[in-house]
Amino acid sequence: MNAIPEALNALPVLGIVFQFLGYVVGNLSFMSQTTVAVAVPIALAALCGAVCERSGVVNIGLEGIMLTAAFTGWMVGVAAVGILGRSDPLPVFGITPPLLIGVAAAIGIGMLVSLLHAWLSISARIDQIIGGTIINIGAVGITGYLYHLVANQSLIGAGSFKPLSVPKEVADFPLVGWLANAVLSQGPIGIVTIILVVFLQVMLFRSRWGLRTRAAGEHPRAAETVGIDVIRLRYLNVVMAGALAALAGAWLSMEHGSKFDANMTAGRGFIGLAAMIVGRWTPVGAFGAALLFASATALSASLTISPPTGDLGDLMARVPGEFWEALPYIITIVVLAGLIGRSIAPAADGQPYERESAT
Amino acid sequence: MARRFLDGKVLQSLAEPVAAIVFALLAGGIGIALFSAYVPGHSAFDVGLPIQAYQSLIGGFASANGITSTLVYATPLALAGLGVAIGFRAGLFNIGGRGQFLIGAVGAMAVVTWIGRDAGPWITIPLALLVGAALGGFAGFIPGLLKATSGAHEVVTTIMLNYVFLFVMAWSVLGPLTLPGAPQPITVDVSMRNGALPILLGPNGLIDFGRGGHVGLLIALAAVPIMWFLLFRTTIGFEIRAAGANPDAARYGGMKTRRLIVLTMTLAGFMCGLAGATTLLGVVHEMTPGYDTTIGFDAITVALLGRSNPIGVGLAALLLGAMRAGSQAMQIQAGVPAELVDALQAIILLFLVVNVLRRIMASRRRRPGSAAPAQAAAMPATGGAA
Amino acid sequence: MTHDASATQPPALEMRGITKRYPGVVANDHIDLDVRRGEIHALLGENGAGKTTLMNVLYGLARPDEGRILLDGEPVQIAGPADAIARGISMVHQHFMLIPVLSVAENVILGSETMAGPVFVDRAEASRRIGELARRFGFDLDPDARVSSLSVGLQQRVEILKALYRETRILVLDEPTAVLTPQETEEIFALLRRLADDGRSIIFISHKLYEVLEVADRITVIRRGKVIGERKPSETTEGELAELMVGREVELTVDRGTSHPGQRMLRVEDLRVADDRRHEAVPGVSFDIRAGEILGVAGVAGNGQDELVEAIVGLRKPLGGRVTLEGLDVTGFSPRRMNEAGVGYVPADRHRFGLILAFPVYDNLVLTSYYRPPFARGFIREDDAILDSARAQVERFDIRTPGVEVPTATLSGGNQQKVIVAREFDRPLKLLVLDQPTRGLDVGSIEFIHRQVIAKRDAGTAVLLVSAELDEVLEISDRIVVMYRGRMVAELDGRTADKSDVGLYMATGQREAVPAGDEARS
Repeated sequence: MNAIPEALNALPVLGIVFQFLGYVVGNLSFMSQTTVAVAVPIALAALCGAVCERSGVVNIGLEGIMLTAAFTGWMVGVAAVGILGRSDPLPVFGITPPLLIGVAAAIGIGMLVSLLHAWLSISARIDQIIGGTIINIGAVGITGYLYHLVANQSLIGAGSFKPLSVPKEVADFPLVGWLANAVLSQGPIGIVTIILVVFLQVMLFRSRWGLRTRAAGEHPRAAETVGIDVIRLRYLNVVMAGALAALAGAWLSMEHGSKFDANMTAGRGFIGLAAMIVGRWTPVGAFGAALLFASATALSASLTISPPTGDLGDLMARVPGEFWEALPYIITIVVLAGLIGRSIAPAADGQPYERESAT
Repeated sequence: MARRFLDGKVLQSLAEPVAAIVFALLAGGIGIALFSAYVPGHSAFDVGLPIQAYQSLIGGFASANGITSTLVYATPLALAGLGVAIGFRAGLFNIGGRGQFLIGAVGAMAVVTWIGRDAGPWITIPLALLVGAALGGFAGFIPGLLKATSGAHEVVTTIMLNYVFLFVMAWSVLGPLTLPGAPQPITVDVSMRNGALPILLGPNGLIDFGRGGHVGLLIALAAVPIMWFLLFRTTIGFEIRAAGANPDAARYGGMKTRRLIVLTMTLAGFMCGLAGATTLLGVVHEMTPGYDTTIGFDAITVALLGRSNPIGVGLAALLLGAMRAGSQAMQIQAGVPAELVDALQAIILLFLVVNVLRRIMASRRRRPGSAAPAQAAAMPATGGAA
Repeated sequence: MTHDASATQPPALEMRGITKRYPGVVANDHIDLDVRRGEIHALLGENGAGKTTLMNVLYGLARPDEGRILLDGEPVQIAGPADAIARGISMVHQHFMLIPVLSVAENVILGSETMAGPVFVDRAEASRRIGELARRFGFDLDPDARVSSLSVGLQQRVEILKALYRETRILVLDEPTAVLTPQETEEIFALLRRLADDGRSIIFISHKLYEVLEVADRITVIRRGKVIGERKPSETTEGELAELMVGREVELTVDRGTSHPGQRMLRVEDLRVADDRRHEAVPGVSFDIRAGEILGVAGVAGNGQDELVEAIVGLRKPLGGRVTLEGLDVTGFSPRRMNEAGVGYVPADRHRFGLILAFPVYDNLVLTSYYRPPFARGFIREDDAILDSARAQVERFDIRTPGVEVPTATLSGGNQQKVIVAREFDRPLKLLVLDQPTRGLDVGSIEFIHRQVIAKRDAGTAVLLVSAELDEVLEISDRIVVMYRGRMVAELDGRTADKSDVGLYMATGQREAVPAGDEARS
């Protein structure tokens, strides 16, 4: 049995490819788990962007919403711990009241900032990319300022959520065990994200809300003439979508990590936008694209933790570490450049809509 | 031509940014007071703190050192701001200032590292600046080309490249540009290799005034009128503005819009790369792997405040430079974190983009016939909507 | 066949004293209208007379400044389209309000969705009902087809289906036949008759006299925002209606003079052009234009004219064929090269291709010549030359503007078009291409442009005039061709052409009306 892979691996150029495949399969459990985890904030950002753009509003500011939510969730968690004290975490997900309060606060602030973006885009009707950029600049500035104020105090945070521990029987299930393991060994926000992807996909294409949303994003005037309140619908959708981006922020400071760092979003919001475009503005597509982008990070983490041997190992050793860190971003550019020409955004995306009946 | 009606228009154009700044300072003051409990030595909701903060802020840039500091801060802001502004005029959003700045620094550092010792300052410095700017131009060329050929939106591609160039810079500092034998990873010090920009204003400089005013500020000073001339007096500038305002009509007028996209993004990157090169050779002199900059967003602020007009950009760069110069003093004397300036930027922009609309909506109620120009003026002179 | 609807019940709809003012114009001036049950009532008037505004008021898209609306005798306030729909009023708009990427069913049910439970749409039921409805009224439609894949006539049906799907008592159609062939028009009329017999009230907005006489039970004529008169078709003639519609004022017609065509200037051979959706909009046309001659291209909009014109001026790459200008092969030349070769172009979509609205007037006047002397020396623009030339042109072409530095967006539509005319006409031209040059303009501007075009012709320019306004084509063309489905189907002399002949060619591609059902559909 081993003779075949060995022979394949020994081929001159293809051999590296086969070694690589072998490596991936060998580290599948770790890599798949990490891929799903890393994909969570990207997917949430992509979902937020998709809901907004399907309604006709471009949301560049979701990186800023993420950052603000990450900070707020953490800070409120700190305050909650201060008031409520530490409590025993529940066995499932390691839930504690301060953590829950923190997530709620994060979602709250996310929706608030989204409301601002909605107002700027829908009522004030300024250029939506500029509006989003202003939110991003503001988020960096305000969280930076506040973090600076509290950074030198030793603060006790609410900690973080714990991932589910998947029973060994499930993980070892032949052929698909690794998949189940990858999907299930996530924290609560991760599990919620996967559910949200399916939920939003169904809602967008099967429900009345979804139909009206898509109409508002394609041809708001047509929607208006059949009696749909496009303005109200857009406000609602943008604010709700803000909760999604906020969840991504909460994941950063309360599930993946347990505290806030300045600029901890590291461009995930924008990768999320790219995932949205690659996924053709559908939730499932966006999730798939997020997984693609996340796999690069997972690969680089895996290569660091358990470097491969043989020819592959020699090759990898010569590639600088920074390459792997840059890889997700490079993949994003490559994919965008390859696909964009052929993917079409909702027709009225980014165009402010002015109601006729106001006169 | 522009000069003839500059007077009436200038006043009007100044009013809104000034109003935005005033309102932002007020809002910022409220914010400072709100969280004053966290500043050591102050109670909660201490209204005196914002006053103290602003006083030390102004004091920080109103001295001789403060003025040269302002000019030094303003130099990269003006250069990068001009780059972003010209992008806005063409309807393009260059958010890649950060990456272009860093790669510009890398380029300059490479030249100094490799030829500085032998080639002397008169060759090394101009070459380093040129190479740095060129690398920045290349960094802008990529997203420009992608947009022109495949339509890939430059907002996402430039931001992605920011991270790529961040890692390229880290790798180069740790690798080819590293100073052998140093205890921590670091590059050479350019002043040791004929690479430092001569000082104009300072104790050892041409004029004994303040500190650290390097020659780079002359470059920035020259860039402003040059860009203005390019944009408003040349055919290329006309084409760039036309492509941003109405690409279809521009195409009918015979302009090659795709080429213009690539050209503009390259030029924008060039300016940001130049900003990085001058900052390295003029101020920082060496790089660590963690070298970073906020120029990306700062340049956007400056471009928007300056309404994408090179003169306005220059003025806005001075303003933001003054704020940054004063922020150090503010942090030391009043204890208010320097990040306030970052937060203030966003608030100023917010009031700016909204103020315009408010005023026009108010006047619309008085003069109902002016709907069309209202929409045209609503854009803060970015030259094109998304 | 007319129908004397019951006059004993209160009218289904009464609009009393409706007045609607917009800045600078009174769109509706104390208009009274009543429509009975089971009646097809036509609103006749010229473009801009106020018919659409009145219906917007009815549909809740505009709020009247004065006046009342009564439905079945009860006064009502209509807050918006949702309210209008709830009260049984449906509107089929002039420009389709359809969402191309959605299916027929999705478009039809939007806003009044058939639900399976509180959240989900019942697609199966919706498809079923729509199929049934379509069959009942005699047309065939696949409910799950994407709207973008349908022909214009079928899209019109979908619009009507939207109205039928809801409990409609009053159906308003705004210029429904603008994009239909005569056979499709007949089918729509038959459908409207059936709907009226079913008890519904139909309001039919049009500016086409013969249609209105054919299908309506009563006709209300509107001119300049006022009701001029009401007639029954049996009691009036086309001539009387025309007089009412247009008024007794003397129409400003331009004396086209005699043309003295010279040598052949433009030759188009077997030109094939694709549209934006990669379909072949022009499968191959050939024609000539001589110097000092105006060739008018008549045709219903959407028969390939825009694509043909864009291919000739260089904005669109042709699929095949050849274009020769005074012997020089200019096929596929860029817009700038065509411009330099002596071609002027007045585009149909003037805000898109003709002007940069945000820019000052002087910049738009040099949009095609900014790069060469005297307006530029190398890369540097000569501002003085540009300004002087602009001022002179404003004077010569009587462009009403406070100055040449103002943004072009502040000018009126007619003056904006004059800017384009000044730019394109103010030099010797071999070929002048005009696409819908007077659409949406006031009478004074129309006359001005016609005079300029004739002057150009007299100076020896070959003129290609494309217009959907048949009257314009008939008025100034020396020769007329008709475009139908991307081909030129007729050639007539401009002086002697018969309006109804041309109309038939425009509508059917042939001289005689074809009996319904005979013509093959693609």
